[in-house]
Amino acid sequence: MRFYEFEAKQLLKKHGIPLVQSEVVKTADEAKKAASKIGGPVILKAQVIAPGLTAASVKDAADPAGAKTAAAKLLELDDGGRKPNGILVEARPTGEAVYSLSFTYDGTTKLPVIAASNMAGKIDDLSDTHPERIVRRHFSALYPFSDYIAKELAKSLALGGNDLKRMTRIVSGLARLFLKYDLADLDITSLVKLGEGNFAVLDVEADLEIEARHRQRPMLDELGFAKDDLRQVREPTAFELEGARIDAEDPRGIISPIAEFDGNIGLVIGAGGGSLTLTDAVRKHGGRPANYAAIGGNPSVDKARRLTKLVLSKPGVDKIAVMSNVVSNTRADLVARGVIKGITELGFEPADKILIFRVPGAWEADAAKILQKYGVEYCDRTVSISEAARRAVEKVG
Amino acid sequence: MAMFIRVDVDNSVIEKTPGLADKLVEVCPVNIFKVGSKASSVEVVEDNVDECTLCDLCMQASPKGVRVVKLYE
Repeated sequence: MRFYEFEAKQLLKKHGIPLVQSEVVKTADEAKKAASKIGGPVILKAQVIAPGLTAASVKDAADPAGAKTAAAKLLELDDGGRKPNGILVEARPTGEAVYSLSFTYDGTTKLPVIAASNMAGKIDDLSDTHPERIVRRHFSALYPFSDYIAKELAKSLALGGNDLKRMTRIVSGLARLFLKYDLADLDITSLVKLGEGNFAVLDVEADLEIEARHRQRPMLDELGFAKDDLRQVREPTAFELEGARIDAEDPRGIISPIAEFDGNIGLVIGAGGGSLTLTDAVRKHGGRPANYAAIGGNPSVDKARRLTKLVLSKPGVDKIAVMSNVVSNTRADLVARGVIKGITELGFEPADKILIFRVPGAWEADAAKILQKYGVEYCDRTVSISEAARRAVEKVG
Repeated sequence: MAMFIRVDVDNSVIEKTPGLADKLVEVCPVNIFKVGSKASSVEVVEDNVDECTLCDLCMQASPKGVRVVKLYE
């Protein structure tokens, strides 16, 4: 769950991380007043979530009048069907040196990791362009963060004396904040050393691990997050709303989250992380998914039926791939019943609409019999997820 | 109309055991049975039959009064 930058900065401020002077405003006139209060050139950042707006959402202004004009333009941005959630007006001090820091999880070592550079920018990008300018240190998510790790990292950036002490304090503070709030990513893309020797964070991006949203409710309440605000990158489509409605109306199992894409392969997928893997596998083999779904927790026949009808009714979708990881709780036969029922209710032959049915696991023998009756081949776990995706892509052409 | 499962009920058997109709309604996890219009009888809720989980609880409650048939075998 992406934070708006002003929210991320509220967290940083609360934990004593030095920031540049800033103010969040809602109108162009307020932006002018804020710029006047801050004095000197300012930077204005539209508070948006949708990806691809990074460049368009930031403008410089030399004076308050310029800030007003820039803010008016920024407030017209389309943030995935929404208006920007205000404008962050900030001082833009020039510094002696600029650094970047990134806190995330290393999927290989299964540990949190800090990456730092003596250049501004996203560490991911800098890793590609200037890998020799990146230093990294892993730390523990279980034990309290040690200042020693921060100091070691700062030392690797060739900092010494007071700079080393100040940077150590900032890195430690950010690492503790990262752990405390269950962040998935915390990127300080610009940390400037000011003329008087102090450091200040200019630009920050932060993401909360979405599964932590219940645990982190007090913090989210403090920031003013609405209970149902998942910070989706765009407003849900009619297809997605209908999927959510189907899921909500029947408490038996789940079929969501459902996302709509612009491809032509309908996906009725799920089980134990299978959805992400299967969607990626379809893409890897050159296919274009029409949607994402996540069947789990043993959905009812009716729920599987309604999901099937929803996916097959999507314009541009002629066939569906029914695939999952190995199921244990979810039953393959109930999924098969729902899928067959949905297809026949639409007036089609199941064999004409199912690219592949690969749902191995609980009650797979019954699933195989059901499919056989309707002329559909059943694939068990001897067909890998990748192979199932490949066959689906090949059949859709 | 159910496509995958058929549930046959012999109410002449169900009616002979006091409370059996209520028990069938109670044990089915997907509400396939409802109390019938005739005393101590049950009716099959056709809309729910394809949700049958094949748990056998109904047949255990009344081995002679209820039969669940898989239409795909």
